[in-house]
Amino acid sequence: MSIWIWVAVAVVLVGWYLSWTAGRLDRLHARIDAARAALDAQLLRRSSAAQELATSTLLDPASSILLYQAAHAARTVAEERREVAESDLSQALRAVFAEPEQAAELVTLPGGDEAVLDLRAATRRVPMARRFHNDSVRAARAVRRHRIVRLCRLAGHAPFPQAFEMDDEPPAAL
Amino acid sequence: MRIGIVCPYAWDVPGGVQFHVRDLAEHLIRLGHQVSVLAPAEDDTPVPSYVVPAGRAVPVPYNGSVARLTFGFLSASRVRRWLREGGFEVLHIHEPVTPSLSLLACWAATGPIVATFHTSNPRSRAMIAAEPLMQPALEKISARIAVSEYARRTLVEHFGGDAVVIPNGVDVGFFADAGPRPEWSGDTIGFVGRINEPRKGLPTLLEAMPEIIARRPGVRLLVAGRGDEEEAVKGVPKEVRDRIEFLGMVSDEQKAALLRSVDLYVAPNTGGESFGIILVEAMSAGAPVLASDLDAFRQVLDGGAAGELFPVGDASALARSAVRLLEDPARREALREAETRHVRRFDWQTVGADVLSVYETVAAGAAAVAEDDRGGWRNRLGLARD
Repeated sequence: MSIWIWVAVAVVLVGWYLSWTAGRLDRLHARIDAARAALDAQLLRRSSAAQELATSTLLDPASSILLYQAAHAARTVAEERREVAESDLSQALRAVFAEPEQAAELVTLPGGDEAVLDLRAATRRVPMARRFHNDSVRAARAVRRHRIVRLCRLAGHAPFPQAFEMDDEPPAAL
Repeated sequence: MRIGIVCPYAWDVPGGVQFHVRDLAEHLIRLGHQVSVLAPAEDDTPVPSYVVPAGRAVPVPYNGSVARLTFGFLSASRVRRWLREGGFEVLHIHEPVTPSLSLLACWAATGPIVATFHTSNPRSRAMIAAEPLMQPALEKISARIAVSEYARRTLVEHFGGDAVVIPNGVDVGFFADAGPRPEWSGDTIGFVGRINEPRKGLPTLLEAMPEIIARRPGVRLLVAGRGDEEEAVKGVPKEVRDRIEFLGMVSDEQKAALLRSVDLYVAPNTGGESFGIILVEAMSAGAPVLASDLDAFRQVLDGGAAGELFPVGDASALARSAVRLLEDPARREALREAETRHVRRFDWQTVGADVLSVYETVAAGAAAVAEDDRGGWRNRLGLARD
């Protein structure tokens, strides 16, 4: 008789553990979603600021074209090519703001200081948001790799989380 | 923004983390944010209006020294009440891996959580043992901040994942504008830190003193910090003792004046540092810095460009560098200029803006911080009632 009590206790414990792990995974997935939304917002903010600057006639025509092209590509590219397009935008920004004089001159123009401030804030926040996102991806992956999680399909139909890899080095002179 | 900050260490005991939390909170309040700090303190301890006391901190042996920590049932319920009543948009906890208030808060909350890792302790056995318990709590942190590249490296090694580096802030203007005092000027070397704590390195400096005095007989060593002076100078020759002045524990104003007055600031620490805020303070005050070559110090001193480095624990190298600097006013002036440029990145203006960007990044579009309903089984079984 008492063996059945022990079996019942074990079943309850296992069930509780599974339910708890499922809840933990659920929360991790929610964290990834939030981090991804934040990353998207920051990337969009950066490409908008770059595009705005490119069309503002504050920059020389060559820099404007370069920047506009990269910003436009980053905004409109298909999802699977996005990492490359965003990296290209980082490179274009670094090329345009290669010399400290460029930013210094922009600030003196009417409306220029605002554009520079926007762009500076955006280029600094992209690496932050990306680190937070990839950190949440790593945490979720660590849990999902557990044998019991895979065996019991605790992750449900959620896709296996992917890190967002790109070159996000901000221009040093900005 | 409504911001909740958790400090793990007793509010009335001075320490790096406490000062950092205080300065951050006051900076954010000046910018017009609503800030509440939860910190261990007895109910009758006088605290600033933004601090909510979370109960007494109990001295417990932890990690090789005695730490004053708050834990237990009563504290946990205070944490929950604070979370419920605060309605914070973002929760910022400090040192989440110490078994104290921060871990309790991390355990009890959901929503946008930011955590700052201050120390870079080597991975302890207790931490490995507690990992299965801690990991689920740490997983809730949406954004991690490390105070230096060095702290970030150890964090990544211990827990995986990643963190952004935001240095500790210093009110640069406060130190730069302090008035020097004539009685502390003229061939003086400064040292600030607990004098009986060997990791702060006072013994190395005392060992170097005879050689420095031999070359510069007029030199004086000014030592600020609490501790037993007799014990500190035990075995030190009389002629060296006469050149040392102990100032005891100093106020912030006195510390700034001291750093403004001395010709050289020496940081002979032998380890256990992950940042080195005192170096930033010395740099802000324009005191030429000579520090031991620890990873954290090297970084704060811009790889040695904003201050000189000597091999850790090497008293004769310290003495040689100190004499060379004291004899070379032009080099000291050059160091001062490099410091003034370099120190700007540690000013609260810069640091506070970076911390706020982290807050905004994690809080944008997210729900506010709430109490974690760990009676979650009721939810999952569909029995929860609101």
